[in-house]
This record gives sequence, structure tokens and C-alpha cells, in this order.
Amino acid sequence: MTKYSAFGLLRGVFNGQSHWLPAWRDPEPKSNYDVIIIGGGGHGLATAYYLASVHGIRNVAVLEKSWIGGGNTGRNTTLVRSNYRQKPLHDFFEFGLKMWEHLSDELNYNVMFSPRGAMMLGHSDSDMTRLAERGDAMRVDSIDAELLTRDQVAKLEPQLDMSRDARFPIEGGLIQRRGGTARHDAVAWGYARGADRLGVDIIQKCEVTGFVRRGDAVIGVETTRGRIGAGRVAICVAGHSGHVAAMAGLKLPVESQTLQALVTEGVKPMINGVIMSQSLHCYISQSDKGGIVMGGDPDNWPSYAQRGQPMVTQGAIAQAIALVPALSRLRMLRTWGGVTDVSFDGSPIIGPTPVPGLFLNGGWCYGGFKATPASGWTYAHTLATGTPHALNAPFDLGRFARGDTIDENGVGPLPNHR
Amino acid sequence: MLLITCPHCGPRAQLEFVYERTVDSVVQPHTDPTEAMERLFTRANPRGLDDEIWRHTFGCRAWLVMTRHRTTHAIAAIRAAGPEALP
Amino acid sequence: MNGPQRGGVAGTIRFSFDGKPLLARPGDTLAAALLANRIGLVARSFKYHRPRGIMAAGVEEPNALVTVGTSGRSEPNTRATDVFVYDGMVARSQNRWPNLSFDVGSVLGLAAKALPAGFYYKTFFGSAKRWMFYEWFIRRAAGLGDAPTAADPDRFSQRAVFYDVLVVGAGPAGLAAALAAAEAGERVILVEQDSVLAPSLVRDPQDLDPAWAEATAARIGELGGRILLRTTAAGYWDDNLITLSQRLAEPGEPPAGGIAQRLWHVRAKRVVLATGALERPLAFAHNDRPGVMLSQAVRTYVRRFGVVPGQRVIIATNNDDAYLTAAALRDAGAEVVAVLETRPAPAGASSGFTVHNDTMPLTTNGARHHLREVSARVDGKIVRWQADLLAMSGGFTPVVHLHMQAGGAALDWDDASQSFLPGAARQNVVSVGAAASVAPVGPTPPPENPAKAFIDFQNDVSLGDVDLAWAEGYRSVEHLKRYTTLGMATDQGKTSNMAALGRLAEKQGVAIPEAGLTTFRPPYTPVTMGLLAGRIERDAGAHLRRLALFDVHQARQPIWQPLGYWQRPRAYPQGAETLAEAALREGRSVRTAVGMTDVSTLAKFEVSGPDAVQQLELVCATTVGKLAVGRGRYTFMLREDGLVFDDGTVWRLAEDRYLLTSSTGGADRMAVHLSYVRQFLCPQFRVSVVNVQEHYAGIAVAGPTAKAVLAGLIGEEVPRHMSAVRASIAGIPVLVLAASYSGERAFEVYAEASLAEPVWNACEAEVTAQGGCLYGMEAMEFLRIEKGHLVVGGEIDGRLTPHDLALDKMLNKAGGYIGAAGLTRPALTAPGRRQLVGLEAIAGTIPEGAMLVTAPGQPADGHVTAAALRVLESGSIALGQLVDGFARHGEELIATSPTRNQSAAVRVVAPHFYDTAGERYRD
Repeated sequence: MTKYSAFGLLRGVFNGQSHWLPAWRDPEPKSNYDVIIIGGGGHGLATAYYLASVHGIRNVAVLEKSWIGGGNTGRNTTLVRSNYRQKPLHDFFEFGLKMWEHLSDELNYNVMFSPRGAMMLGHSDSDMTRLAERGDAMRVDSIDAELLTRDQVAKLEPQLDMSRDARFPIEGGLIQRRGGTARHDAVAWGYARGADRLGVDIIQKCEVTGFVRRGDAVIGVETTRGRIGAGRVAICVAGHSGHVAAMAGLKLPVESQTLQALVTEGVKPMINGVIMSQSLHCYISQSDKGGIVMGGDPDNWPSYAQRGQPMVTQGAIAQAIALVPALSRLRMLRTWGGVTDVSFDGSPIIGPTPVPGLFLNGGWCYGGFKATPASGWTYAHTLATGTPHALNAPFDLGRFARGDTIDENGVGPLPNHR
Repeated sequence: MLLITCPHCGPRAQLEFVYERTVDSVVQPHTDPTEAMERLFTRANPRGLDDEIWRHTFGCRAWLVMTRHRTTHAIAAIRAAGPEALP
Repeated sequence: MNGPQRGGVAGTIRFSFDGKPLLARPGDTLAAALLANRIGLVARSFKYHRPRGIMAAGVEEPNALVTVGTSGRSEPNTRATDVFVYDGMVARSQNRWPNLSFDVGSVLGLAAKALPAGFYYKTFFGSAKRWMFYEWFIRRAAGLGDAPTAADPDRFSQRAVFYDVLVVGAGPAGLAAALAAAEAGERVILVEQDSVLAPSLVRDPQDLDPAWAEATAARIGELGGRILLRTTAAGYWDDNLITLSQRLAEPGEPPAGGIAQRLWHVRAKRVVLATGALERPLAFAHNDRPGVMLSQAVRTYVRRFGVVPGQRVIIATNNDDAYLTAAALRDAGAEVVAVLETRPAPAGASSGFTVHNDTMPLTTNGARHHLREVSARVDGKIVRWQADLLAMSGGFTPVVHLHMQAGGAALDWDDASQSFLPGAARQNVVSVGAAASVAPVGPTPPPENPAKAFIDFQNDVSLGDVDLAWAEGYRSVEHLKRYTTLGMATDQGKTSNMAALGRLAEKQGVAIPEAGLTTFRPPYTPVTMGLLAGRIERDAGAHLRRLALFDVHQARQPIWQPLGYWQRPRAYPQGAETLAEAALREGRSVRTAVGMTDVSTLAKFEVSGPDAVQQLELVCATTVGKLAVGRGRYTFMLREDGLVFDDGTVWRLAEDRYLLTSSTGGADRMAVHLSYVRQFLCPQFRVSVVNVQEHYAGIAVAGPTAKAVLAGLIGEEVPRHMSAVRASIAGIPVLVLAASYSGERAFEVYAEASLAEPVWNACEAEVTAQGGCLYGMEAMEFLRIEKGHLVVGGEIDGRLTPHDLALDKMLNKAGGYIGAAGLTRPALTAPGRRQLVGLEAIAGTIPEGAMLVTAPGQPADGHVTAAALRVLESGSIALGQLVDGFARHGEELIATSPTRNQSAAVRVVAPHFYDTAGERYRD
């Protein structure tokens, strides 16, 4: 592996950048691994990286049916934040946010984490009280949150419509200044390169087709490239968790739904940070290339098709233009859909399953990208020790039957009502 | 956006309909609590056909049971909800 | 022939480019007009700010992006080839500073060797702050045009239509298909992104007389077909739904009818894609210089626009089509110096031009604004030609975007044309014409210097970048695309994808079809955001609902407060009163005399029929069956998981007729819930559920003299607490429910919404006579908090059980209600749950939403759900959720709000601050 640096790029001026080596190998699968991770998205690759780097478990394979980072890792709106109201959620995401702050150096791969500020707008006094409550919940747990006045909001994002007669007038906001965006592909590639360097086998175009069982226990996987044995098998395929778990006879508290996003043509800087809203369902940021990146609610009907219905994005655009009128004459360049695991309390699932040897990481709804480092770290801990870390213990699979759901929005178990 | 043939109203845009839940999630009154929670909190969620409950909200408001493919989105069957719709 | 007088037709349309006034001919695209005015340098590329001109003549143009229009109509990144000049058009170059000719950003080009594909992943380490420092410069260098800063003055409209057949593309194939369908009696819609029918016939009249197109279109029209020009089929969705974007005005042009564009949702039984094919560039060093153009584009400029883009021309090709361009140029008086033909002899031998076989351009030379020289290897020796135009053709790529967007569709590889052709499709769609089959091509030799052989012109991705990505392990086509940004520019890779795939396949040692394909994502060409939003953006699609008594309130100048879809009066301040002062005055009036308020927004359902009780006892967790006729009671509802999600009252109005009320914010959800039980869960119930939320307006009259007010209105038959009577006020039939939210003796008067105003006026007159006043939601909030009544969205937050909210004693002991099973889950009765408490300030004012902590620095044990000022005495009180709160009465805590720098010492008390015995609302 060649170390990445400005010096390396300068060296390339004289050799036509010919000294760079592949970021990861393309190994043949071995017959047996200590841990097999199903799914080469950001979470799976991060899990492999931390298994190797933190726990010294290097006989690890990441099996990817297609190409790494090709699922939701490469389809999200790249927001990073920890501004949740519920304690288990903000503790978990804050742990992750702290990891983001050093991730580029840790991986020697610039993931372009840019803490440009994640701001939620309030449109009424009661919105502002709810935002204050959220901020207060964060602040007592030492997470940054700052309530903003109308004027402060207008100064941060001059393109917002601050008119008093707007349908959703902007009364203020809550900002997490340490929140922001990152480069989604780089996260997958950076973890892949780091894990590969530590001996992890990243095996692409290798689809898991079944589990190898001994009694109840899972002892390996059947794949399109043959049977591979494993001490522990870790499902990490959010969006398709239900499909893979079903191969082990498990039914999950998860429904797969499409979440759409879109990006406009690039323009010079017009949106400085991340804009969200307490009352509207859209989120807006601007990428380094200049495109305005936007998303909204999930499509709210089950699908594995990575294809949404156009009225959903049209609704999100209408809301975005209500907030930022100057978006009207920009043009939508691309729209796409990802398959998300919508869990039945809106929170993720990380932990053991009732099947010995089989572990699950999924249920990320529309919040998985920002969790990548914390998800990998806690999942690796769970896989290495057999027991969850304190941070992911609340997110176990048993919480639904037990009654310990972590419901950020308080809307209950039906996924289409989230 | 699907074109959904409401048994009462005929073919209409998906925009008029709301998806509610899957048939396998339905909990009948007086179901044993363990089974009720199992039904409420787990789904087959197949990458193929499943029975879904939709509502023609901006139309006749009828509840419908739709058998639909989760990757092609093709609707194999649709019928008005009623006692016979349940498994 | 160039210039304003070309073809004998004078330029009459005034426009400007970068402030320079120019003339165009009617029908000109901006690109044609710029070429006619001999403007070669039009834009700067995205990454290296390389000088760029016009390469294409259609929507595939990667280079010539300009900003058109001014103020709120300004449209950045408009392709000069896809905008027709109108009088007064203002066009500006972009992504340059200080100007197009002298662009400081072009120093990036000098550093290009140190800035290969993905360079940013390899540097700018250190802290996040340090990255943001570099990022500041990167963001300003990137991003192409400037966004408008003013609101859009124009409107956009939407239309939804059904057709038998949609034909996309009004070229010869599309026209023929549309005519055939129309003649077969089918309802046809034909759309064309250009401003004219069959633009390819204008370019190549030798194929078919352009008059045929007009005649065919006329015939289609006679048969009832619809033809839309300037209309692009942008997205292909499920069940043959196609979204069209139709330009009624050009970019930046003030629309004649106020509507700039129209979005069509077309549902077609059958779709015919006659979308044509796009020409591919050839990859050689400095193939991006102004003056290097696509061959067919050159022919289009010559034949359609009468513009000859160069006088000394080199043609480079791997196919026969470029010879038509050579002929067109020759006919227009230009000199075709040489044809560089990749195919071996005798290809081109009979053309009459000087043809060099087995070769293609090596490199080009020139200045920022134009081309001077082209070189190539001929018979092993480098030959240089002076030339001001290089027309290139690397073959043709059928436009299969819509075919692929349709989902479940396949592509078939055609070796002769080196292109993907549409294959089988799941939806009812077929491709015809050049979209289905293109001419064969010869070899495309690799360039000698791949580093400057651009394939994605806009994003400055060269074949060298593809090689680097490959060497670094980014070997799947999606990795290649993402690592190099290839195909991610505003042209979406229309001219670059095949070159990249070819290089990738070569590296992999496989045939192109095995190298894989990237996904074709909608839209085909970028679509204006305002068009997608339609006419709803001002209210964000959330229409405000208006109270039936809106005008009545408005006349009394309330402070309005949003509540769900509604706005309700928050207070009616008098003189210079603040909100709190007004609310306290109004609250005191309710506590000491009487007040009245509008409660129309409450959810209301009439449930009737022999099985109404069964329906209600499923939905409500309390008993309903024991209610006598004319009586009502408080009730609450559980979700299936056992947690409380709403509350309200239920009234037995007649033997088998009930009225159920619940929260305003939860009205829609409750309607669905009731409907679910009625239609799906228990369709055997003989019951009717009618949502009467907006049918009735509601007026609450509350206070010690409320009974006197009611007596004055309806006589002595004033109902007892939790009883209902029918009466008449001001001649209008009303339903009077005696129920109290405030804690005082109170009545809710319901009248049909359209008839409610006289009822309100009668009530107000009587209330005023009794010394009372109007009160708003703020006073109502104070009153209900004092009384310890719950609110949905506050105490009832969807996370608590009936026990947590101290409602468990009211649960129906017989069970059977929805949520009973969920309530049996063990964690719902385990210690450590948050429970409803009252909070009294020991010092300070309790901030609503504050966290409850035992000491500074401790984690939150709970939070303040609602805070109020005592109405009659002084003091700050609140309701809250507190871990094991029932057992902690008397404990002192801190209610802290770090975000507001507020905190208050509080004592945990029972959640009732007023009339704990409940005597005031009884008779």
C-alpha cells in the first residue's frame, strides 16, 4: 500500500502518478474465516476494519454480492450528525461523530468530513420548544447544540425565505455545529483500504445464497463462489436484512422501503451547511462539486426495487423551494432510490440473533450513513466478544417483544407511519 | 408511480392510495399476546410477492388487499378488504 | 456565409453574451448564434478550467454551458445548444474569474499532473477544520454557474393525461410510428425536445423531404393526435408513466402566459421510443479545444443554421457518416483538408476527399479561442495540418436511457456498431429508428497520450484517469465512475460512457458487454426544480385549513398559533398586553367568571349502529358500554403495542349512536385507525363511522358562571357534568356537552360549521354580559396544566403506557381493547419507566422542554412536557415525565435548559395544582 499524501501526488507529477498501488486486493475466498461479514457497504467494511485494528481479528472476509459501497453507502445524502432527542440514539451517534472527526487521518483516506453545521429549522413557538427540548437533551449529555434566533438563521443561510407570511415561517433553529457532511464513497473505500492492509479479504461479486448450519448454529455460508466456513457470521446488508435473515429462518422487525434522493446541477456555493426542518420533511445541503443534495421521507410502501415514485421527490422539492426559493431555477440532475430497512421503532438493530453464530446489523431506516464508524466499531466489539458494547446494547433485536423500543418520533410500530 | 386498479373505482394513480401494512402484521382482537407481538413486530418482508393492505384514501376510501411483487412492483391480485381477505 | 448576413437572412434578434451585444437569426440556438458571430470560446471546464467551445448541437453538449436570463429567471448551466435565442436574451459565461479569456482558475490546468482523478482522497489530512480550509477554495472553484438569488417570478403547471400511445422523438421514425398508431385509431401523443419536427431531416434532406414531416404531423393532428415540441420525456416510471417537461418559454425568457414550463404525467398503454442516437467523440490528446466538434453537429450547423464553423477542416472518423459532413462543408465553401480514417483502405477511397487510412488525430494545437493545427501519424510519420475545425465521429450510441429507466429492461450488444441496443423490456415499450439500430463503425485506436485525451469533457476526465482508477483497484464500472466522476456531470455521460466502457473492457481483457453498465437514472436531461414542485411550493404542499369562524376571530385581532393543519387563536391581547399578560387575564376570567374559546378543530367521529359499542370498546381502552344515553366520559386510545397515542371523550347520544372526540393533531391518524377497525379488522360489525371533524364548529364556555351563560342561551335544561343535551341557540340547533378541560364548570356547544357564526355571537354576547371574555390556546394551556389534564404531543408522546400516565385505573377490566396484548410486554411494567409528575418551581421559572436532573452535570432523569404560570396565584408550575416519578413526590430537582441558559429548582408533586378534589366542575 502506498501512503496517501500531498508529497505522493507531487511525486506523481514526475512519474505520471504511476506509483499508486491498488487500494485493496482482489483475493480468492479461503475455505474458512474467523468472521464472515455479509455485505461490503460502509458498515460491513468498517466492522472488518475495527475487528482487525481494535480486536486483532484479521482472519476476516467481507463478502459483497456486487461491488463495495454500491448499496446505500453510495446512495445517501451524506449527512453526519448526532442531534437526536432520545439518549440511546444521541449517545450512539455522538460516539460516531467523534470518530468522524479523526476518520481521514485514521484511515489515511480523505473522507472529506466537513462539519459545516447541521441546522433544524423551527417554524412556530412550539417547534422552537421542541427544538430546545432536543438541544437540552443533547447538552446534558455533553453534545453540542445551540438554539438560534431568526436573525442568526438568516445570517447562516442567506438564501432561506425569512418572510413572515410564509406558510412555514422560520422562527429560529437548532444547530449542531459539529455536524455536517462527508464523501460517502470515500468512507467505503477508506475502510476497505484500511481493512485490506490489515489482512481482511474483501471479496466482491460473491453473493451469499444460504447458511451452513450445524444443529441450530450457523457455521458458514453458501455463496456463488462456493461454501465458506466461519466462526461467526455477521449480516450487514441494511435494506436487504429481511431477505438474508430469512435464509436462516429469521423474521425481522423490518420492512424494506425505498428512500429517494436527488441532486441538482452544480452551482457556486449557495447553501453553507445542512438544512433540516422540524415541520417539513426535506433536508438540503450542497456538495463540494456544487450540486444541491436533497432528500425527503421514504416512499412509505415496501419495495426492493431501488426505484421510487416521482411524486415523493416532487413533494420534497416543493418543500425545499418553500424554504429556499432560489432553488426554483436550478435543475434536478439525477434522482435515485435506495432500499432501506425501516425498523419498527425507527432505530437500528445491532447484536446477536436467536441463531447461534449469527449476528445482525440493520434497521437503519434513513439514518445509516452517519452511523458508519460507530456501527462498525460496536458491531466489531459485539462480534469479537460475543456481547454487545454498552452503546449498542439498547439496540438489540429482543427489544420489540420486550417493550424497550427506542422511538425517536413516538409514532409506534407501523413503519409507514414513521 | 403505480397504476392501481381499485375494485370499486377502476384504474387510478398510486397517488390516490396509501399503503398501510402487510397482511401478515394484522393482529385480530383477542389474539394470544405472544403471538400478537410476533405478528406486530416481525415481517416476512420477501423479495417477491406479499399480501399488502392499501387504502384508496383519495378515492372511495376502501381498504384493499393487494398481492404485489416487491422488485417488479407488478400487482398480481387486488380485492376489497373483508372477512374473506384475511388468512 | 457567416455573420449576421449568412444565407441572405439578416440577423434580427438582439442578444448579448458576456455583455457584448450580438445578433441572431430566428430559429437559432444560442450555440448557432455564437458560432455565427465567430465566438469560439464559450465556457471553462469544471476541474481544470480549460477553455471550451461548442462541441455538439443538441442536449448532449458537455462544454458550452452558460447562464441565461437575469434575476429570479436566471438559469445557470444552460446548454448553449439547447436554448433558442429570443430578443433581449442575456447570456453569460460561467465558472471563470475575472473573465472567460483570462481565468485565474486555469492555473489548475498547469497543476493537472498533481491533480489526477481522486487526488482529493489522498491529501488535505489533519483536522476536520483543516480540511474545511482547503474545502473553502475547492467549493469556490467548483460548481459551474451562479444560482439565482431572487425568488422565481414565473409559474409552472402540471397536467396528467392518459394516452394509448406515447411516441418520444419526432424524427422520421417517431413520426411514422405516431402516424401508424393514429391511423389505427389509437390516441397518440408525440413529443420532441427540439423546436422543430424532424431536425435530422433538415440536417440530412437527402434522406427524406423535410416537407414530409410537416405533412405527417398535420395528418396526425387531423386524426386527433397531440404533438408537443420543446418537450422532453425526462423520466420513465412504473406502469408506463412518463414525465414530460415542456418549455413554454426558453430559459430566462419571460413567459407570455406567465407559465414558464409544464410538467406532464403521461400514462400510456404503449410507448414508442424514437429517441435517436448520439455521436461519440474520439479520444486523442487535446480533443477538447474550441474548434473540435462532433461531425453531425457540424453538419447541423451548416445545413440547419447556415453557419459554417470553420474554413479549413480536418475530418476524423471511424464510420461513413462523417463523409456527409465533409460533403456539406465542401458544398458550403469550406476546404476539407483531409479525412483521418481509422478504418483501413479502401474505406473512404470513393469519397473524393483526401483520406488517410488507419489513423486518427494525435493532438491539436491552437489558442484559447480556436484551433490552429491538427497532427496525426500517417504511414509512421507525424503530419501536421493547419486547420480551424476538426469534425470527429467515433460512431453512434443509441439513446437507450428511457428504455433502461423503464426497469426490468435489457440491452443487447451489437459488435458491428460497437453499441448497446435496446433488448427485452418488462413494460410495454419498443424502440425504433436510430434508437434501435445504428450504422457500423471501424476500430477506435487508443490515443498515444491518454492523459489529455478527454472522454468526459465537462468533468475533465481523460482516458489517463480511467487507467489510474484501474491501477488503483477501482475496477467495477461504478467504482470507475465514482472515483473519476466520469459521467456525473450535467450531461450525465451522454458522450463519455462508451469510451470509458471500452477502455475498462480493454483493461479487464473482456468484451464490452462483460464490463458492466452504470444505471441510467432519471431525468434524461436535467429538469427545473420549480417545474417539479409545480404550483404548490409556496405552501410546501401543506394547505392551511381555515376555521369556520376565522373571520369572527380575525375581527378580534388574535395572535394566531399553528396547530397541525390549522391555525387557532392563541390569545386576544388588549392594548399593549404581551402574550403572557393576555393569557393570564383570559385565564383569570375563566377561573373567576367565564370565558369562551373555539374548539372546532377537535377530532370528532359519529359512531352508530347496533355494534357501535363493540367498535368503540376495541378502539378505546376504557369501558364504553356502561354509558347511559345522554352521558359521556373521558377515554384514551392505545396503539397495538400498548402505548397511549390519543385521548378524548365519548358520548352516548342515543341508544346506538355515539360521538367520539380526540386530539386535533391526531385527527387524521384517528380517522385511519377507526376506519381500519371498521373496514378491515372487524368488517362484520354493523356500524357506521363518520368523520364529522369539520362538519361541526365547537365553542367551549368555561368558568364559574358558565352555567348561567348556558341558562341564558338554552334555558334551564343545562346539562350536568359529562351529560349531553340537544338545544337551540339563535335558532340554530346545537349539541351541548358538559365537559371540562379547564377544570371549571364548562360546556362545549357544537353547531353545523356553516351556521356557527350566530351561535358564536349569541354566546359571546351572553359571556360578555356575565363579565367574561374570549380566551385562546395559551390560557387554555395554563388552565389544563394547572388541572393536570394531558395533551397529545406533550405528556402523551407515544412512548408511555396508561400506567405511566396514571390512567391505568380507567382501563377496561374486561380487556379486549386494541393494545391489551402489547401492554403485557415485560419492559412496560418494569422499574425505571418515565412517569407523569407535576413540578413546582422553588425558584425561577420552569422552562418548557427542559431536562430534569438531580444535580448539575447529571444525566437527564426526565423532562418538562409543559410549563405554565399559575393563573390566580403567582408561581411557575409544570407537568413532566420523570423516571419512577410516582415514588419521587417531594424530591427537589433542577429543570435545566442549557440551550436557553435557563434553569429552575423544582419540587416533584402530584400532577394536579388546582381543585384536586374535582369539585368546581360539578354542580
